Amino acid sequence: MTACASYNFAYLDEQSKRTIRRAILKAIAIPGYQVPFPSREMPMPYGWGTGGVQVTASILGPDDILKVIDQGADDTTNAVSIRQFFARTTGIRTTTSTQKATIIQTRHRIPEAPLAERQIIVYQVPIPEPLRFLEPRESETRQMHALEDYGLMHVKLYEDIARHGHIATAYAYPVMVEARYVMDPSPTPKFDNPKMHLSPALQLFGAGREQRIYALPPYTRVVSLDFEDHPFARTRFDAPCALCGALDAYLDEVVVDDAGGRMFVCSDTDYCAGRRARAAGPPGAAT
Amino acid sequence: MRTREIPLLSAEGLTKFYGDRLGCSGVSLDVYAGEVLGVVGESGSGKSTLLSLLSTQLRPTHGCLQYCMRDGVVRDLFALGEADRRFLLRTDWGFVHQDPRLGLRMGVSAGGNVGERLMAVGWRNYGRIRAEAVDWLARVEIESERVDDLPTTYSGGMRQRLQIAKNMVTAPRLLFMDEPTGGLDVSVQARLLDLIRGLAADHGLAVVIVTHDLAVARLLSHRLIVMRHGRVIETGLTDQVLDDPREPYTQLLVSANLRG
Amino acid sequence: MYVAVKGGEAAIAAAHALLARERRGDPKLPEISADQIREQLTLAVNRVMCEGSLYDPDLAAQAIKQARGDLIEAIFLLRAYRGTLPRLGYTEPVETGAMRLRRRISATYKDLPGGQVLGPTFDYTHRLIDADPTTPGPAAPAPALAAAPEAAPHVTQLLDREGLIEANAAGESDVVADLTRNPMQYPAARDLRLQALARADEGFLLGLGYSTQRGYGRTHPFAAEIRMGEVEISFTPEELGFEIPLGRIPLTECEMVNQFQGSAMAPPQFTRGYGLAFGHAERKAMTMALLDRALRHEELGQERTAPAQDQEFVLAHCDNVQATGFVEHLKLPHYVDFQAELVLLRQLRREWLVAHGTDERAASSGEAEQ
Repeated sequence: MTACASYNFAYLDEQSKRTIRRAILKAIAIPGYQVPFPSREMPMPYGWGTGGVQVTASILGPDDILKVIDQGADDTTNAVSIRQFFARTTGIRTTTSTQKATIIQTRHRIPEAPLAERQIIVYQVPIPEPLRFLEPRESETRQMHALEDYGLMHVKLYEDIARHGHIATAYAYPVMVEARYVMDPSPTPKFDNPKMHLSPALQLFGAGREQRIYALPPYTRVVSLDFEDHPFARTRFDAPCALCGALDAYLDEVVVDDAGGRMFVCSDTDYCAGRRARAAGPPGAAT
Repeated sequence: MRTREIPLLSAEGLTKFYGDRLGCSGVSLDVYAGEVLGVVGESGSGKSTLLSLLSTQLRPTHGCLQYCMRDGVVRDLFALGEADRRFLLRTDWGFVHQDPRLGLRMGVSAGGNVGERLMAVGWRNYGRIRAEAVDWLARVEIESERVDDLPTTYSGGMRQRLQIAKNMVTAPRLLFMDEPTGGLDVSVQARLLDLIRGLAADHGLAVVIVTHDLAVARLLSHRLIVMRHGRVIETGLTDQVLDDPREPYTQLLVSANLRG
Repeated sequence: MYVAVKGGEAAIAAAHALLARERRGDPKLPEISADQIREQLTLAVNRVMCEGSLYDPDLAAQAIKQARGDLIEAIFLLRAYRGTLPRLGYTEPVETGAMRLRRRISATYKDLPGGQVLGPTFDYTHRLIDADPTTPGPAAPAPALAAAPEAAPHVTQLLDREGLIEANAAGESDVVADLTRNPMQYPAARDLRLQALARADEGFLLGLGYSTQRGYGRTHPFAAEIRMGEVEISFTPEELGFEIPLGRIPLTECEMVNQFQGSAMAPPQFTRGYGLAFGHAERKAMTMALLDRALRHEELGQERTAPAQDQEFVLAHCDNVQATGFVEHLKLPHYVDFQAELVLLRQLRREWLVAHGTDERAASSGEAEQ
């Protein structure tokens, strides 16, 4: 059975898209709240972005321009695979430019360039429940969210400080949304947390395997959890990007030789390339 | 004996059936602020069921339960929403389990355990939370150096004292205790009982304590109720009930305890 | 000089080409056909259909070939395909009592109406691996097959007549939940649980079922009946308003009889566990029945003491498509988060060394907390 089936625009049938859009609308109406949705089996494995893909597939239109990144880069294999999937099932334009994209699907990073109104960023989420590793039972965590019973979350942060002197969460750092729901921002490094606060873009989060969608409408207040006397500290890198000189970007560590030599370069490949292009000036001009 | 008119907690006709097995039947009692009420009886008498009902962890088959909130308003506890009930259990009330592992988070440090209630009601300063925890550990006679240790490294008696500190930190008005001295050495028991008695007196706590040990009941309680087969068969001032029991069963219980 | 690597696309294309070559194997050997798989590796096909939640032996066989024999990969192919199919509705409930029996055994009675029919089973073979599988054995004369027995009543019916076994409770409403249309929510009722178990990984259920026999939540099971054979599938299209037969498919059904329960309302009775699978798939049907019963502990007034009784644990982890996706996703790049951990760890180590008064400083390069 290898017949070439003809698929609907963006693979999902319209009924499925409608169901997912309803979940998205509900999520937007209740910022930070995890809306259950019936996840469809997609042609890529659970855990490899099926939630993000279903969200993107449900909102894509023929005029959209799609950017797909993983670890901040357009060219990592899974980003390539997902971008090809959408190109094949929709024929829409794709781009590596953050500014030109109308929809950005991302795994584990928020682009460095600030997003604008009318842009949508879709996050791939493995474990949507911020309390999951403190309380494995879904029946319990659902109650905790309903009753705003978040003491356990702060206990974890307290324990970190007692043990390490710092809050020891480096990524998937929990946030409080509109002072009501505690939310997992997906495994983005905590460096990216401030970008979510009052962002002009619409932020959608899809967890396919766990069957949850949540959302942050534009200009939502998103505050990282902390203590007054141990405030949220954003990671800073001492040295700039070795390629483009950026001082305010998240850097990847690249091992360059057997002796342990290392260099640090922008994780956001589009941002880095853009900075380098601007520094080189118009073609033919002197640097 | 307190002369306050409105009881803190008032139960009327509390009855609980498990299928067709009787847990307890027609229990009515009042608990006043600042008094310790002991519930005694043999195992199977229904006293644990009663405690679960009084602390709203079980719903009764019949009967009602009323509580005088901090604002002075008397509320029907089973008509309260789940959020309100949970809030009560976290702030105004405490529950000390017989097995401290049920009342503690064994994977969380002592300081985290004591601080949890504070964090749940919005304390957001790590230094102050920790200081408050250390303060309470001292009050239950646990050295402050142990604040970052896990309860797994604590002895049974220390765990029980930690459990008490965890409950006391939000200045509750009503404490429920289920055989708090069970499984502890006699000398450790004595120390714990002294602590409980002191705390209750110093903080004007109301306490409902379930125990099969009449010596514990005598030491701690102002009033006693005696249960048998799910029913209350005798109530009164502790000394009266224990020194001059009216009911034949109570007489049996008292004499058995003296011999045993 | 480090240059940002590009070439993910080319790498993926090359990987796919290599996969196709490996799949074919030694080109001097004849290529295996899906038909051969369907006929000669039927039990693999059955498993793929069952956990793929799609009855289509040809498709399952093709999936097994495409997946190079990795059954979970084949199950994934089938599930993904299933997701694209239009849904017409639900069949009428199948009547397994009218099954054309090819195999039917009961451990609870020595003999019974309909008899014990061994059918095609490995059960009494001696597991001696065939020394030279390339040489076909002498063609054994086909045994004279007795006429297939009349459809025989379920063993549980015999118990039921005496009131010895709990009745199958009718649901509170006519509506049966649908696992593929609504997300799983806990606590799940029996209909959702059975659906989840039906598509669950056989190995996972096997381990858990085994645990119940070894003391982790024992239910004293007896195999009242295992039957395998064809049942008729029928469907009532809305436009017609009457039932039409669609055909027959083979099913394996297992009814376990478990320890008795009494209550205030009724005298003690045996309790049930139920399992059902596409094609001939006894291990699946049996383990499903063991787990069905274990997960019913609450309605039968038993305490939860064992992992097999924990519905959140069992049902959240029994789908092998979900499980393998998440386990294997660890192969995806995680270097951004790993970098964040490196930063934190280096800082903690620096502070620890300072606090413990060591001269050495952990070599740090380029990161610090603000």
